[in-house]
Amino acid sequence: MRLLRKPVTGFAIGAVLLFGVAPLALGDFRLDLLAKYLCFAIVAVGIGLAWGRGGMLTLGQGFFFGLGGYAMAMHLKLADAGPGQMPDFMLLYGQLDELPWWWRPFANPLFALSATVLLPMFTALLLGLLIFRRKVRGAYFAILSQALCAAFAILLIGQQGTTGGTNGLTNIQGFFGYDLNDPVNRRTVYFIVAAALLAVLALTWQLMRSRYGELLVAVRDGEERVRFLGYDPANVKLVAYVAAAGMAGLAGALFVPAVGIVSPAMIGVVPSIEFVIGVAVGGRASLLGPALGAIAVAWAKTALSERVPSAWTYFEGLLFILPIVFLPGGLASLAGTIRRRSRPSAVVETPAPAKVEVTT
Amino acid sequence: MSGLSVRDLRVVFDGFVAVDGVDLDVPRGDVRFIIGPNGAGKTTMVDAITGLARATGRVTWGDHDLLGRKVHRIARLGVGRTFQTATVFEELTVLQNLDIAAGWSRGPLTLLRKRKAVPAEVENAMETVRLSAVRDRLAGTLAHGQKQWLEIGMLLVQNAELFLLDEPVAGMSHDERDATGELLGRLSENHTVVVIEHDMDFLRRFARTVTVMHAGRKLAEGSVAEVQANPKVQEVYLGHAVQEA
Ligand SMILES: Nc1ncnc2c1ncn2[C@@H]1O[C@H](COP(=O)(O)OP(=O)(O)OP(=O)(O)O)[C@@H](O)[C@H]1O
Ligand SMILES: [Mg+2]
Repeated sequence: MRLLRKPVTGFAIGAVLLFGVAPLALGDFRLDLLAKYLCFAIVAVGIGLAWGRGGMLTLGQGFFFGLGGYAMAMHLKLADAGPGQMPDFMLLYGQLDELPWWWRPFANPLFALSATVLLPMFTALLLGLLIFRRKVRGAYFAILSQALCAAFAILLIGQQGTTGGTNGLTNIQGFFGYDLNDPVNRRTVYFIVAAALLAVLALTWQLMRSRYGELLVAVRDGEERVRFLGYDPANVKLVAYVAAAGMAGLAGALFVPAVGIVSPAMIGVVPSIEFVIGVAVGGRASLLGPALGAIAVAWAKTALSERVPSAWTYFEGLLFILPIVFLPGGLASLAGTIRRRSRPSAVVETPAPAKVEVTT
Repeated sequence: MSGLSVRDLRVVFDGFVAVDGVDLDVPRGDVRFIIGPNGAGKTTMVDAITGLARATGRVTWGDHDLLGRKVHRIARLGVGRTFQTATVFEELTVLQNLDIAAGWSRGPLTLLRKRKAVPAEVENAMETVRLSAVRDRLAGTLAHGQKQWLEIGMLLVQNAELFLLDEPVAGMSHDERDATGELLGRLSENHTVVVIEHDMDFLRRFARTVTVMHAGRKLAEGSVAEVQANPKVQEVYLGHAVQEA
């Protein structure tokens, strides 16, 4: 019972902060920003699972974020345009006589909504099968992930007529019948994002504490070793990778109504690295660390680039390097150290990476 | 025959022949010790049997051909091994290590839930390898000997029928060796055990049969007394420190 109470209390505090304190304390503008940060936090929770617990440095989550984002934005653009109409940018470029075939299903809200999560998950499943069965890992996996999101961004930019190119899908007005220019509706969007974050946290918490979660850590620390116990590590990694992709897709989908736009610049290499930085700062192997780290880094980015735009890039580089060199467990490990000092019998709750080499 | 059968096993690393046409038969229920100087190919042979090293020849365990199968498939056939340097999941507790080892056949629903109770086989294995008292310790904090025992416990819960133990008492204290020897005795009641070992004293006390390897080949085979009396074995061991750990 005591075990049960603790995380429940944590979720209650989180809910009060997100649903009570933040909407009261923040003005419309700041709340919009927070909604955007919470989207990043959702991506971060998935990276925490895949990287922190699973050892897969997912440096290309922008790809899945983008799949979810574009799926949602395509639907909203079609809904804005009205039944049978083409989105404004297609008319503007004037290259097309009719809607491309692959746009059409996104007119259906159910299809589009499920696609935001299922499309990234399905893509991750296919990719994962290829990658993990071939034992691609470590730096090669990270580079491959990066290449993937870079390629996706380039593809989108190249197909300006049907994807909006560099501009992306912009000027989104409505969200399932609600006008996004109305602050009340934007507040609702914020609440949806906050609820999604809590749901994703709850799901990840369950995954981490389950037997699967322990197995995932075992695979992270001794991928070769678990084979001798009868497991195929490829399948174990696949589950976390697909889950993380689904979360990134969901985040991308919510990002669109929260910010009103999705474009290649938001899903390419740089934002993908920024996702990971937040996770590294917060503590990749913990549950809340990645989410809090992502919010903190996104907030710092806004605050800093408002004042000294040129300084952000350097600061960001530092943020990436410092935790990796001095605090591999991120800020969450500080909290853990403090907690352990005050409660000596504590079991370690967030196993940090360690390698088990099968050398013979 | 039932048991482990190895025929004409060859393992070649970039032109270097580490195992050179070895035949080996270990009947079910045997406690077979494999000895030989450093570099004799003992570990490499176990690597080949468990799917880690590519090999030619034929290896069967019961009715199953092992060569060419993936490591995890071989493990599922009841062939388990430990490593020369104990490899356990250091960031997980003793209990978690054992629970994972017990679990490859679990379905997704069991996997996605938290462990509610300690499975009976895990409880028994912890008792057998004397780690019950430290079940919630991280495996990384265990003493060297305890890690070796944990690995043996993992084989127990894994339902391995053939135990391939690579130098299980290396680096152990005298008392730990005795305890491990006793453990081997109990294991052999319902398992087939193959032990790679350098320690002659340990071998004399606990081996049933012995295979001697040298330079990738099998040199001799028989009871402890037979092997010790074999002039070829004495010759190979003359220039080598027999007692080295
Ligand atoms: N992966 C590898 N690549 C190249 N050579 C290898 C490899 N693994 C083992 N060898 C070589 O094969 C030979 C046999 O090694 P192996 O580890 O099987 O010996 P061993 O009998 O277990 O010795 P020890 O008692 O020292 O553990 C050695 O000469 C070793 O250098
Ligand atoms: Mg060896």
